[in-house]
Amino acid sequence: MNSVDSIPAKNSLLSSQAESERTLYPYVTGTSVIGIKYNDGILLVADMGGSYGSTLRYKSVERLKPVGKHSLIGGGGEISDFQEILRKLDELILYDNMWDDGNSLGPKEVHSYLSRVMYNRRNKFDPFWNSLVLGGMKKGQKYLGTVNMIGVHYEDNHVATGFGNHLAQPILRDEWHENLSFEDGVKLLEKCMRVLLYRDRSAINKLQIAKITEEGITISQPYALKTFWNFSAFQNPTLGAEGSW
Amino acid sequence: MTKQQANWSPYDNNGGTCVAIAGADYCVIAADTRMSTGYSILTRDYSKISKLADKSMMASSGFQADVRALQKLLAARHSIYQHQHNKQMSCPAMAQLLSNTLYYKRFFPYYAFNVLGGLDNEGKGCVFTYDAVGSYERVGYSSQGSGATLITPFLDNQLKSPSPLLLPAQDAVTPLSESEAIDLVKTCFVSATERDIYTGDKLEIVILNADGICREYMDLRKD
Repeated sequence: MNSVDSIPAKNSLLSSQAESERTLYPYVTGTSVIGIKYNDGILLVADMGGSYGSTLRYKSVERLKPVGKHSLIGGGGEISDFQEILRKLDELILYDNMWDDGNSLGPKEVHSYLSRVMYNRRNKFDPFWNSLVLGGMKKGQKYLGTVNMIGVHYEDNHVATGFGNHLAQPILRDEWHENLSFEDGVKLLEKCMRVLLYRDRSAINKLQIAKITEEGITISQPYALKTFWNFSAFQNPTLGAEGSW
Repeated sequence: MTKQQANWSPYDNNGGTCVAIAGADYCVIAADTRMSTGYSILTRDYSKISKLADKSMMASSGFQADVRALQKLLAARHSIYQHQHNKQMSCPAMAQLLSNTLYYKRFFPYYAFNVLGGLDNEGKGCVFTYDAVGSYERVGYSSQGSGATLITPFLDNQLKSPSPLLLPAQDAVTPLSESEAIDLVKTCFVSATERDIYTGDKLEIVILNADGICREYMDLRKD
């Protein structure tokens, strides 16, 4: 027997063991997250679905979480990776707090940290399979940014991940302005989420809105949007395309 | 469950176009501010130009995450240089550092296409142009990124710089005045925006001369 054959490919990147320890594709995923700046802070919205492929596996996944005193994070993509990121952020905030020097990490710092973590994991070919939105408010400064699984990151007045980038961003570009009130901001986000609910099959009608202002962070109780399914195109989708099925 | 996604890739192309023109006593560095992925626009206002030292500016397109890592690394290297030598790095020195930094990752490259513009030790404009793995050359003008294929032949035509094959070597610096160079850059980008979907939204122009640095912006098509 050839001696080379008897040596198991222990450290090969191609061995099944190494492959099973990397996220090569996601298992349970969350869909879009949307964030906007408004009058006196940031609003984030996400639904609570967790999809196992095309199966709606979980219906109460909290995808909006506070990070320290000044930041708010929203996560889409692999839920387990998102929860690991939350654990790392908890640790980051705890260790920062232990300095007890009266300083605390703001949203800019947290976003920078997340960008480096995401990029570092892509460099190891072991990505966190997520799109993250980070909102925050510190010393009167609003902050809204996003990072994805290969480390691409940027700031903007309104951001949306996944399907949101296709369906919600055009609405936001039309209707967003600097002086949105809280009520108008929520209305705008609900309009976006309704469009996503109609057109994104993995979106569900159970969502949370989170807000961060100078006063602090509030995350809403889960609630549903009013929907209207009686559009004629919904009731008889093939009417305009006779001859198809 | 069977695999649904295409195989994961650590790279993306976020598009964007960079141009730099060197004059006798100035340098113009320009880039658009659009950031895209595939057919989607991620943001319309992302600056691709970074200040590496007092007299060197780098414009970069390609994969944003790699570009940002590269910028951070060069910033760190430059702050060490300042602590050791108590001065700003010169543009030709920064050009060599950028080349070495890119080549260091030869087998897992930074997917970044850079033009470095600045003023050399004599105060003359200089432009260095790179590929992703660090080959570089000092030139009189250059264009990199998604619109480079449209802009480079136009600049070749307009600037008619002396052939690098001439002996004795001729100066590659362009004969244009500063304001002529700025106008030329604007024309280049307006035209590239018409035909390249990855170029648009806004043009950022940085002008380096003996007076220092000044910035200018111009709107481009947003479609």
